[in-house]
Amino acid sequence: MIVSILIDKNTRVMTQGMTGKVGQFHTANCKAYANGAACFVAGVTPGKAGLSYEGIPVYDSVVDAKAQSGATVSVIYVPPAYAAAAIDEAVEAGLDLVICITEGIPVHDMLRTRYNMLGKKTLLIGPNCPGLITPDEIKIGIMPGHIHRKGRIGVVSRSGTLTYEAVGQLTALGLGQSSCVGIGGDPINGLKHLDVMKLFNSDPETDAVIMVGEIGGSDEEECARWIKGNMRKPVVGFIAGITAPPGKRMGHAGAIISGGQGGAETKLAVMEECGIHITRNPAEMGRVMQQVLKG
Amino acid sequence: MKIHEYQGKEILRQFGVSTPRGVACFSVDEAVEAARQLGGDVWVVKAQIHAGGRGKGGGVKVARSPEEVRRAARQILGMHLVTHQTGAEGQVVRRLLIEQGAQISREFYLGMVIDRSRQRVVLLASSEGGMEIEEVAAHTPEKIYKVWIDPQKGLIDAESDEVSRKIGIPPAALAQARTVLQGLYRAFVDKDAMLAEINPLVLTADGRVLALDAKFNFDSNALYRHPEIVAMRDLDEEDPAEIEASKFDLSYISLDGDIGCLVNGAGLAMATMDIIKLYGGSPANFLDVGGGASREKVTEAFKLMLRNPKLKAILVNIFGGIMRCDVIAEGVVAAAREADLKVPLVVRLEGTNVELGKKILAESGLPIISGSDMADAAEKVVAAARG
Repeated sequence: MIVSILIDKNTRVMTQGMTGKVGQFHTANCKAYANGAACFVAGVTPGKAGLSYEGIPVYDSVVDAKAQSGATVSVIYVPPAYAAAAIDEAVEAGLDLVICITEGIPVHDMLRTRYNMLGKKTLLIGPNCPGLITPDEIKIGIMPGHIHRKGRIGVVSRSGTLTYEAVGQLTALGLGQSSCVGIGGDPINGLKHLDVMKLFNSDPETDAVIMVGEIGGSDEEECARWIKGNMRKPVVGFIAGITAPPGKRMGHAGAIISGGQGGAETKLAVMEECGIHITRNPAEMGRVMQQVLKG
Repeated sequence: MKIHEYQGKEILRQFGVSTPRGVACFSVDEAVEAARQLGGDVWVVKAQIHAGGRGKGGGVKVARSPEEVRRAARQILGMHLVTHQTGAEGQVVRRLLIEQGAQISREFYLGMVIDRSRQRVVLLASSEGGMEIEEVAAHTPEKIYKVWIDPQKGLIDAESDEVSRKIGIPPAALAQARTVLQGLYRAFVDKDAMLAEINPLVLTADGRVLALDAKFNFDSNALYRHPEIVAMRDLDEEDPAEIEASKFDLSYISLDGDIGCLVNGAGLAMATMDIIKLYGGSPANFLDVGGGASREKVTEAFKLMLRNPKLKAILVNIFGGIMRCDVIAEGVVAAAREADLKVPLVVRLEGTNVELGKKILAESGLPIISGSDMADAAEKVVAAARG
């Protein structure tokens, strides 16, 4: 059963790479958010079984952690050279959902990992993403929990801080969020805008969606075309990178206009044509949503 | 990371792909000597810069005697080669490739990229060799054939032969083409490439299949496992500001405007450039200081922006999440003092401990203009830049 989307207060989570500095810091923050103390039940670091951190036991492998703790979701903070193998391990262990925060994974590693995931049940969010949150229930990732409010707007984005910007604007206007999903800034990733949009469409807790995209690839266009024929809820959209020069990687590995493709104007044009309420002003995402909801 | 044509050809040869014989040269005398060593009676003198379109810009010349090689090398070395990829100032030519001339009977195009939607490596092949593939895609897309490669099987013989036939490789040359296509794929995967192009691939009058050009772009996230690729890096081809930024783990890209931006997070950094443009200004750079923006990083970021003589104002836009606004504010104040800031500075802070952060900025005694939100900050920095 999907309540909100993908995760809720009954989700049980393991942290892969929990004994590292980043893994420790964010696991402690996630544990302190809403039902986190009940949700975060295991850590995985090879060779460190028997240790514990903040009362969370550490296991040698994902298989062990799953068997001992009952966790079916994992969040990964493993360094880039080993992160794809960490995803592979979680997929082999048959977890439901893997959220990979790690930035800087070689793209050919991700190609192999995604190939290995074909026909498997595990869903992947990221890599190079802030994670996802269902406000007042559970936060899995690195986003600041306190800017969120429980509510009925879904947010999906390829960026971290730009997602916080959208959430901050919504919260300031009194518009809470059902779930916020950062799908990540890498060219080869798991769930895409389209996959998350479908979940929001069938989620009874979500009334409308903010979709934040950026230059590079064609995920936003593919999502927009689906929205046109299928989405029953209003969508507000913004694309970052109208001023980005072609051929340059704008921070995110996937944010690049190459071979004349992936430009912001093209994406905005397709989105507008498909009935998405677009704005070119990143300071107006929340206000546009407010107007759309007023009708 | 990009490399030169002659380096790309070295890699191709390692994977069994034939190229004309050639020598990389750094001076006119070396070029003439290279031609003598190579022998034959026709040579091609090719400018080595990372941008494409070198031929049209006058960076590739055919020579029929060592004297002509000398003349061509003299013309090309040191020239500001302007192509559609260099911008108006062009790129100074510091290296040449001297190659034996080939008698071309037909030209083809081969390219390899990562298809993001299908999550596969895709081979692009066309009979329209020597042309920009974007042009072919725009006007005669039916002349581009694609093969999405199964990572477990690799590019199999049947797929290679089928695509070779489609682009017009004659039956007698299919086996040679197979060596090229499969070698290109192995090089692409083994070396962690994001893009590879052989344009043109040629069939010579005597029936050989040769890569006449080679272009590679490698995944910078995978360079840690390729010291041999890192050794090919040519810093002369890169923006000095971007090289400096990479030393401090800052993501920086020079643009041609006059408003510097310092932002945490790539998406927000792009959005900040966009909103400056929307309010009538022009961004001088993309700059992402990352999630854990320390005081040191912020200081280096300020110094980088201030190297730009066109700079008229700076906008700092921080959404403090895990990173607290008071820490960021202290970093900005310290950096502004240390960097001896002479242009107006607009700061917009949001997130954790924002009130404390604003107080630190206000009490610093520095002429910092505070922006209440992204729009307000953009409006103020555009006004400040106009003076």
